[in-house]
Amino acid sequence: MPLNKLSFEHPSSNTLRLKLSGEWQIYAGLPAVEEVISELSSHKDITQLTFDLSEIGAWDSALISFLLHLMRECGHRKIQVIREGLPEGINNLLTLALKEHERTIPSKIKPASFLERAADKFLQLKAGILALVNFLGEIACAFGRFFTGKAYFRRQDFFGIVQRCGADALGLVSLISLLVGIILAFIGAMQLQLFGAQIYIADIVGIGMVRVMGAVMTGIIMSGRTGASFAAELGLMQVNEEIDAYKTLGISPVEFLVMPRVLALMIMLPLLTLYADFMGIVGGFFISTSVLGLNPVEYWHHTQSAVRLSNLWVGLVHGFVFGIIIGVSGCLRGIKCGRSAEALGEATTSAVVTSITSIVVATAVITFICQVLGV
Amino acid sequence: MEKNTRPVIEVRNLDLSYDDYAVMRDLNFSVNKGDIFVVMGPSGCGKSTLLKVLIGLKEPLKGEVLYNGVDFWKQDESAQQEMMRRFGVLYQGGALWSSFTLGENVALPLQLYSKLSSVQIREMVELKLALVGLTGYTDFYPAQISGGMRKRAGLARAIALDPEIIFFDEPSSGLDPLSARMLDDLIIRLRDILGATIVIVTHELASIFAVGDNAVLLDTESKTMIAEGSPKGLLADSKDPRVIQFLTRGEKQGVAR
Repeated sequence: MPLNKLSFEHPSSNTLRLKLSGEWQIYAGLPAVEEVISELSSHKDITQLTFDLSEIGAWDSALISFLLHLMRECGHRKIQVIREGLPEGINNLLTLALKEHERTIPSKIKPASFLERAADKFLQLKAGILALVNFLGEIACAFGRFFTGKAYFRRQDFFGIVQRCGADALGLVSLISLLVGIILAFIGAMQLQLFGAQIYIADIVGIGMVRVMGAVMTGIIMSGRTGASFAAELGLMQVNEEIDAYKTLGISPVEFLVMPRVLALMIMLPLLTLYADFMGIVGGFFISTSVLGLNPVEYWHHTQSAVRLSNLWVGLVHGFVFGIIIGVSGCLRGIKCGRSAEALGEATTSAVVTSITSIVVATAVITFICQVLGV
Repeated sequence: MEKNTRPVIEVRNLDLSYDDYAVMRDLNFSVNKGDIFVVMGPSGCGKSTLLKVLIGLKEPLKGEVLYNGVDFWKQDESAQQEMMRRFGVLYQGGALWSSFTLGENVALPLQLYSKLSSVQIREMVELKLALVGLTGYTDFYPAQISGGMRKRAGLARAIALDPEIIFFDEPSSGLDPLSARMLDDLIIRLRDILGATIVIVTHELASIFAVGDNAVLLDTESKTMIAEGSPKGLLADSKDPRVIQFLTRGEKQGVAR
């Protein structure tokens, strides 16, 4: 049984009287305004609407919103709404709600056309690229001042960052690269066993890890670990106006905050890559000698002869470039962060997304260059 | 320094924007040396944007901001930095550097720009923290102290270099009435001790009347300033209903019914 009831009376040919009874509350649900509208449309000659609320029970803002909706519809149909029959409380609330409607004139909420949105997107893209170039330029200047000994930043902060993005990441890097070495060994074994050439697993694991996999895995781990943490850290500083406080003191945030972070990653990422290479080879060695039954000494010699110094350099260059990418994208997203919780989340996400994407692209570019140079 | 009667800050025909929208047009006012100058106005009227322009963080659409007769936005970056060094700013939440202790926060500007030895800097830090009533909190981190204390610590940092002008962004926001009152008293005392000029952006009436020597009132709808003068004088003499409404919380004259 419905708690509320809506019925129609026609006191005269041009008047519709709406009789509302029962409980009109949020929890009870509302009849659809369309019922009244269909009644209005079926009697074309109606020009005014009156109310009879003598039997109304409890009511709350649900009733008000129903009436407002109805009044708006009547306005479209040029039907006059006579509010006399409404109790005083309801009438006052309606007056208040309508007054607010009159006062707030939303000037900005105008749906943009397709062209407008496209142009906006283009301008945003342009501004984004300009910001990136500008930021890179500022970092370059900061490094320039660093190498001439004029940069201002706190040494103890720098060593703290080095520890956070170096030593503290060792555990994770060990685990992942050990597993990658093992995976490489197994995949190699599947094919090489067909030819009885399992000993070449040593080549696959050694070259694969040292040349590219060690650096890429470290890069991806560090994007998630350090890139995200830089973005969150600098983003929160932006939200708290800490960055503004540096600027007003004449301290360049790029020099004081960004440069030490990028520098720390530039140093630590190649070192972590070296460590990851080693752990990967250990993983491959372990599996090959224990599970696949290869001779440890032979495996070791094979690895030694396969992995040339040039491979190591290629890996280290990867690591160095990834360090710059992770540092720059993490800090850029953090510094450009908006002043809300949502913007902070976005900054962290886009720092990770940007650095991982750029790492993959950079890997492709470096691989191509090495191919051309014949390294 | 020679005595001059020239205002410390002069703002001429200043237009401000926020994102792509012009929020304020045609601002003209000047701040006298040693005054406590209040920029008042309703929320969202562009007070904070004006502050950002004044402290050199945001370029205005057009117009001039003169400090002792020098147009800030016409200078090159290094000259601007030189000028900014003579400002102290207390941000709304204190904006203390969260990875530094209070002592390090106050010490950093001194390490950067003073020729003091590290022992002397430590003494200076103790002094500035004592001035704001935070003796003994040197080694605390910002997260370990209350909001009111964070503001006072921010003030200690703002006055680290004995600035010529101190800017306050909503100093009493988020403080209980008593702490807000204490901060107001502190502002007056610091002005008297340091001889600094003070610019406060706020809409807190109690503070405005307690500390303000001079003020401008910004208005959202007309997008410009609608009154200038001492807050008490404005309350007594102004004929503009918008000014009276603002200064009496809408309790007097022409409140829309």
